[in-house]
Amino acid sequence: MARVVVDVMLKSEILDPQGEAVLGALPRLGVNDVASVRIGKRVEIEFDDNAQNLEEQSRVIADQLLANPVIENFTVSIETAANGAA
Amino acid sequence: MTRELNVAVDTVGVADATPDEKQPWAELGLKDDEYQRIREILGRRPTQSELAMYSIMWSEHCSYKSSKVHLRQFGEKNPRTPRLLAGIGENAGVVAIDENIAVTFKVESHNHPSYVEPKQGAATGVGGIIRDIIAMGARPIAVMDSLRFGAVDHPDTARVLPGVVDGIGHYGNCVGLPNIGGETYFDPCYQGNPLVNALSVGVMPRSRLQSMQASGAGNIVILLGAKTGRDGIGGVSVLASATFSESGEGDARPSVQVGDPFTEKLLIEVCLELFDERLVVGVQDLGGAGLTCALSETAAAGDGGMHVDLELVPLRAQGMEPQDILASESQERMLLIVDPAKADEVLARAHRWGLLATAIGTVTGTGRLVVDFHGQTVVDVPPKSLADEGPVYHRPFSEPNDLGLISVDRAETLPRPSTDEEIRQTVLDMAASPNLCDKSWITEQYDSSVFGNTVLGAPHDAGVVRLDERTGVGIAISLDGNGRFARLDPYHGAQLALAEAYRNVAATGATPIAVSDCLNFGSPEDPHVMWQFERAVTGIADGCQKLGIPVTGGNVSFYNQTGRDAIHPTPVIGVLGVIDDVARRIPLGLGRTGDTIALIGETREELSGSEWAQVVHGHLGGVPPKVDLDHEMKLAELLARLAETEQLAAAHDLSEGGLAQALVEAICHSGLGAQILLPEGADPFTYLFSESAGRVLVVIPRGQELAVRTACEQRGLPITPLGVADANTDGLHLRDHFDLTRDELEAAWKGRIGARLGE
Repeated sequence: MARVVVDVMLKSEILDPQGEAVLGALPRLGVNDVASVRIGKRVEIEFDDNAQNLEEQSRVIADQLLANPVIENFTVSIETAANGAA
Repeated sequence: MTRELNVAVDTVGVADATPDEKQPWAELGLKDDEYQRIREILGRRPTQSELAMYSIMWSEHCSYKSSKVHLRQFGEKNPRTPRLLAGIGENAGVVAIDENIAVTFKVESHNHPSYVEPKQGAATGVGGIIRDIIAMGARPIAVMDSLRFGAVDHPDTARVLPGVVDGIGHYGNCVGLPNIGGETYFDPCYQGNPLVNALSVGVMPRSRLQSMQASGAGNIVILLGAKTGRDGIGGVSVLASATFSESGEGDARPSVQVGDPFTEKLLIEVCLELFDERLVVGVQDLGGAGLTCALSETAAAGDGGMHVDLELVPLRAQGMEPQDILASESQERMLLIVDPAKADEVLARAHRWGLLATAIGTVTGTGRLVVDFHGQTVVDVPPKSLADEGPVYHRPFSEPNDLGLISVDRAETLPRPSTDEEIRQTVLDMAASPNLCDKSWITEQYDSSVFGNTVLGAPHDAGVVRLDERTGVGIAISLDGNGRFARLDPYHGAQLALAEAYRNVAATGATPIAVSDCLNFGSPEDPHVMWQFERAVTGIADGCQKLGIPVTGGNVSFYNQTGRDAIHPTPVIGVLGVIDDVARRIPLGLGRTGDTIALIGETREELSGSEWAQVVHGHLGGVPPKVDLDHEMKLAELLARLAETEQLAAAHDLSEGGLAQALVEAICHSGLGAQILLPEGADPFTYLFSESAGRVLVVIPRGQELAVRTACEQRGLPITPLGVADANTDGLHLRDHFDLTRDELEAAWKGRIGARLGE
């Protein structure tokens, strides 16, 4: 099975309230030397063995469904096909 | 921490030395003569930062340069009322409820951002209007919204509508404000230009009223709330002040902002605490145009000048230049003017609530707004030249050429259903149509009862909120517009919207006292659009004068058009009313079995611009229904009286879809059926579907019929008994014509929106 990973992150100029909340909570753990936290999502997609055009298909999936291109960027990386237990 | 400047900053000194430097004023939306005027005001070329500030403050969105000459009518015609504590020009209008409390409310558009990014665009629209309410000194207590989308089955509506609803629900629910109603309409003219008009209302002790003046030299200027990032730069000057081009969608994208409702909640709490402790002299929210607008408006409203050190502004992004910091539209920020002796206390209170607060400048007596960046002066301007003395356009206006043709193409001449079976089917088709069907798919996504003070929410004619548990005093608000009527006749169309909102408030038993309006139009550069605008504003101003209720504020949204196609002129009117005891409000429904159903008001053959013409024929032509504001005033006075004496079990305003739709909604909302007998000689089709204004369906408890009839006759209001509410009738029984079972009505009316969006 071929595995594709899509990482979705808010664009750098967009406010990330979730990241800000984590940043604000860090001092309570005694961690005081963090300057910024940004939170995104990682999506793992497993294609059938005979799937074609993995990158192109993944980009369509990411652009139209996983990410909101108005406020988010995404990257698509194809992890080498693992082909079962091999 | 100090930072070396690694970019050449365009300072006042540099501007003096390089008068001929080419500047991107056209790209920033300024016209040639506007740029020349800036040079005259300053006696030199503007710096980059100054140019950015002028381009923003002189944009249509901030300066009202095309609308100002017409909006003056509100001030000139507004009835004088001791209730009005703050009016047009303030962040929101404030009206007194009694000797102790006042409410503030305002409706504002967030149309363009909501098209580009529906969820965040709508969410930040709600956030922005809430901050206007805080800035007056009030605690926000409810929100409402008026939404318009393209055709319900257009693919883009399936993108925009769920996003907008999600955004409104997300922001309002997280801040913890009930959404108490509003309206949702569909029309192909809003395709590509959806309208998202958000209203918020707040309550305050009268003594807590705040001012936006930066007065008192030596006072400290404090920026409170979120950090400043690169979001939304150019939002108002580019996004809200120009037409979307048909091809380019990419340009507008970086102007979107993301808000954080939890920070907004903290802003509410910390601001109210500061106001209660009398720790601030002046306050202004940061919305469109960010610091630029807040600094210039507070400085211009004050008596002196202001000095700001821009490098003190807490930033979220690296390498922001002064003009970026000034133009940023980062959400959830407020500007405070504070006595220096109290500054430490203010900073400490903000810190306790977990909010950033930073002293960024001082009020001065120089009469100039001076902004330094790392010790170098990048802005030195008279603040009034930004805020108050922007360009004013007397744009040409002329009646659209097609209006004469449209007005003779009357819907009254269209083929009508003739048999009982056809009329019966029309009732069902209308109930299932996008504009008339049940909107609970939308309203159920909003919290409507948080705080426990919501007395009536959607789908009632108006939202009713209790203000004081001891006295029971409350307010009712309705938000209404009808672009179809306004397209046919903007003057009377605007008055019909005003009359409907007024009547909706009255139908709950409240007395209307104030108006806020959101005027959505196409491009002011089109003389036909400008004519529509002038007519609509005149209609509202004349109408409010007649009704004796002042316009307290609102906003104008121009450029709602794609290419040459403008939206229907869509003035959306919010009317606020007061009710002495919310326990006596009049709900929707049918009361109890045996109660009398009657119609107050006169039904004429008025079908032009109606929903029937739209749903069945896709037709828009003729002249809209007659407006009679004298009648509306008598009707409102009657309803308030009957609410007080508890002589009405239910009431429902007749508007889109006429009597048929009012009956369908009343039946679906109650457990009872209705036995209806139309008056002798009445044409059933006209009687059921005409959209004559000034009509209310009322339900009169047994034994009160004579009293109600007498009360109507005393006021010269026609009342027609139609039938009875009946537990043993299944749905609607229209005697001598047809029956519609409850199952049939509900199957037609309910569940349509979600189904059409594929959910």
